[in-house]
Amino acid sequence: MKTLYHIGRYTLFLKKVFDKPERRKVYWGLFVDEIIKLGIGSIGIIIVISGFMGMVITIQTASQIDGNFIPDYLVGWTTRQSVILEFSTTMLSLILAGKIGSNIASEIGTMNVTEQIDALEIMGINSAGYLVVPKIYAFMFIMPFMVIISMFTGIYFGYLICELTSIISPEQYLIGLQYDFRPFDVTYSMIKSIVFAFCISSISAYHGYFVKGGALEVGAASTRAVVYSSIVVLVVNYLLTQMLLI
Amino acid sequence: MIEVKSLYKSFGDNDVLKNIDILFEQGVPNLIIGASGSGKTTLTKCIVGLHDPDEGMISYDGRIFNKMNRKEKKEIRKEIGFLFQGSALFDSMTVAENIMFPLRMFSHMSNKEMLDRVEYCLERVDLKGTNNLMPSELSGGMKKRVGIARAISFKPKYLFCDEPNSGLDPHTSLTIDKLIKDITHELNITTIVITHDMNSVLEIGERLSFIYEGKMLWKGTNKEILRTDCIELTDFIYASEYMKEVRRHLIGE
Repeated sequence: MKTLYHIGRYTLFLKKVFDKPERRKVYWGLFVDEIIKLGIGSIGIIIVISGFMGMVITIQTASQIDGNFIPDYLVGWTTRQSVILEFSTTMLSLILAGKIGSNIASEIGTMNVTEQIDALEIMGINSAGYLVVPKIYAFMFIMPFMVIISMFTGIYFGYLICELTSIISPEQYLIGLQYDFRPFDVTYSMIKSIVFAFCISSISAYHGYFVKGGALEVGAASTRAVVYSSIVVLVVNYLLTQMLLI
Repeated sequence: MIEVKSLYKSFGDNDVLKNIDILFEQGVPNLIIGASGSGKTTLTKCIVGLHDPDEGMISYDGRIFNKMNRKEKKEIRKEIGFLFQGSALFDSMTVAENIMFPLRMFSHMSNKEMLDRVEYCLERVDLKGTNNLMPSELSGGMKKRVGIARAISFKPKYLFCDEPNSGLDPHTSLTIDKLIKDITHELNITTIVITHDMNSVLEIGERLSFIYEGKMLWKGTNKEILRTDCIELTDFIYASEYMKEVRRHLIGE
């Protein structure tokens, strides 16, 4: 029953969020601010995580391949497929659910408990739309770029580890990267990333918007936002994979 | 003028407001007084539409507010200025941006006109030169004054102040009270102040309404309140033994 209650309230919340905006010009400014805050502010962590994951995937794949029947270039192929299909979308989304999801929930939650949302409502402003729409659109807009950065970083660091060590030759890695490349895999990842961005930002905003109480409740809402966003990302990942790849 | 008739509001089994009737007049501060938990804030939230009343009528100059649709309510809300207990300034904006916010959202003023309005409002609350400060850099009293400046920036017809003196020293409280009173007279607006501060009651209480356990028990002025016979109100005003002694002297017992 509680799950149904939340699904119903979340649906009504989204209806309020996408209601007609008061002044588009103001929303445009907020959209740009959110791109900088959510997107540019996350590039550092994306590069660090993707770089190390690219290196680890390359080393692990190379260490598992043993024998003359499996060519070395499959290490490059495996790294590319792992990074493009899953790591740079799903894993990155789970990491960003922690960073950006908690940020959105705590920001909106704090505004709620300090009556800033009431202030917006009393002024005649649709608080849900004003606070949430720029975040959702900004995250959906910036997410594919973050995924592309992650893909390039992961694959490049995989190459770098081949250069620095002797697990396989860099040439074999490059051959593997180009072997059996399907552009639709990238499209599939882009579609997933945009859907994940919507789920993370809207679910986190929902948890922040309905906080009641004080600092403790804001913290709890922030945790709930991360947990539920992550679960929804995993479920949606399965559904989209089933729909798009099979 | 705001009129409230036969208003009821409950949360589950808890009846918070019971048959409230009040008329808030234009051009004078109307104070709602009562102990914590008596229903003052719930009443105000019903009047501005943050809570929907269970029964009753709320009208703004004859316009029945609680029967309006969302769009009509939005239009009324543009005429309302609200000073929150905790000021509720937007943390991410400077003082000037906070005051300019309602203008940016609803007016068609040019940037220069908006900045001029900000200057006027800041001057009116005696905070000239603080335009670029962030709310975190302001003291409690300054936050309240910026809250008032924001509330009056869009030239409201109705001003609500929720415990404007909470957390302030007596001197700053009097400054805020005087400011609210002056603005009310100057702009000829309907002002509603929720308070349990007796200094405010005596200083600006030209129209007083006392709420006790969700019921309207007494109405009067600051000239009448000290000699009232209403037992609940005298218990509220003269809470300490010292104040009870003061009352005995006052009424000549």
